[in-house]
Amino acid sequence: MSILASRLDPVHAVFQCDVPAGDAWLHRLAAGQTLRMLDLEGNQAVDTLFFNAADPAERYSAQDTIRAQGNLYLTAGTQLLSNEGRVMLTITADTCGRHDTLGGACAAESNQIRYALDKWPMHSCRDSFLLACAHSRGLLTKRDLPANINFFMNVPVTTEGRLSFEDGISDAGKYVEMQAAMPVLVLVSNCPQLNNPCNAYNPTPIRMLVWD
Amino acid sequence: MTYTPPLPGTLVRTERVPGARHWSVELRRDYALRLTDLDGGANCAALFYNSRNFLERYNMADTLKGQHTAFLTRGHCLYSDMGRILVSITQDTCGWHDAFCGVGNAALTAARYGALNYQQARNECHRNGRDGLLVELGKWGMGPPDLVANVNFFSKAAVDVTGDIRFVPGHSPAGSVVALRAEMDTLVVLDTCPHPLDPSTHWQPKPVQCEIVYVGPAGADDPCRLSRPENARGFDNTARYHCQHDHGRQREGPHA
Repeated sequence: MSILASRLDPVHAVFQCDVPAGDAWLHRLAAGQTLRMLDLEGNQAVDTLFFNAADPAERYSAQDTIRAQGNLYLTAGTQLLSNEGRVMLTITADTCGRHDTLGGACAAESNQIRYALDKWPMHSCRDSFLLACAHSRGLLTKRDLPANINFFMNVPVTTEGRLSFEDGISDAGKYVEMQAAMPVLVLVSNCPQLNNPCNAYNPTPIRMLVWD
Repeated sequence: MTYTPPLPGTLVRTERVPGARHWSVELRRDYALRLTDLDGGANCAALFYNSRNFLERYNMADTLKGQHTAFLTRGHCLYSDMGRILVSITQDTCGWHDAFCGVGNAALTAARYGALNYQQARNECHRNGRDGLLVELGKWGMGPPDLVANVNFFSKAAVDVTGDIRFVPGHSPAGSVVALRAEMDTLVVLDTCPHPLDPSTHWQPKPVQCEIVYVGPAGADDPCRLSRPENARGFDNTARYHCQHDHGRQREGPHA
């Protein structure tokens, strides 16, 4: 787990917005731009996917990323690889220290399995992703939703192979930054999960900042 | 004429998939696919799709987080993104099947084993898992966007406390068996290229024997159903998809 602060000043950011919990956010980054996700209130899960802006069939691959770096967790220095084995972005700063890419997005259906069969009407990240796909003018569909990153989520795996969502290691004001190595589409669902203590049952907004 | 299922345990098909080849089969509900590592050291990358709607497919994240596990073994279920069980693992002599390392690609194969094309080596050419799965998916009208995170049967990648991943050589001895029972009609797509973290630079892909066996529905005391409360809900959800009661499903037929 490595902590690496950023030298970038928000005053010089070329873009800034806050994404409320339960919303999707689709944004294009030019090659060389840096995106910061700022956890405003702490332990908020930011479910994230990346696509090659010129060819969305090339997309973030969790398995290629963790295999190539030989480690399950994402942190400063991690190269986020595509399904074609190319570097899409590199994590350049991280004051949280560790991010998950095995736990995936919450969904009406997986909430049924994890919590109770009658949970299906609750809002979920997959619904946010699908809504973003529906408004993408045909760019993205359900087929384009692979395993995602959960920035700020703590999903440790034990040496016996047990996996669990643990209480967060993030906090208000912690952030992660990544620099795009190619033009990318960033698709985020700011997680609305109300069933899991990992966010203290309190989904909160996330701030996005972009630098050239 | 009404359909009469065979007696449980009836072997209906056997196929030997050589090393570094791809194969697929539509596994009917209540049939099991029994995979055998004939020589030891095989790797079998696998993907799973609802036969009726390929948009519903194996979901690594939902499978792992729902069962609080980073690997797969007997008692685990392989979930689709729709909260349903595609297949459950009813038999396993291996104890650990890799769920997070994915498949290798052409660049990885060339770097580890050297490039050796068909013109040079005929069917002994050096293949890679990604391209094998893409060819097999293409037969069903699917392509790169449908190649999602896969399972690697017979392979183990251990994890230490820092998250570092280490391939475990010799994990699967000759004769290792894993059986996957279909809980809904499921397209299974396989590739037998070496595991992408197998450090051996000697190209020696291993064969996998695939047997289709009629096993019948999971009973009320089925170990997969009882292994976790999440899986009881998973079986229930899958029964709802079939518009049937669950609770130890009983169906009409001579062996019900």
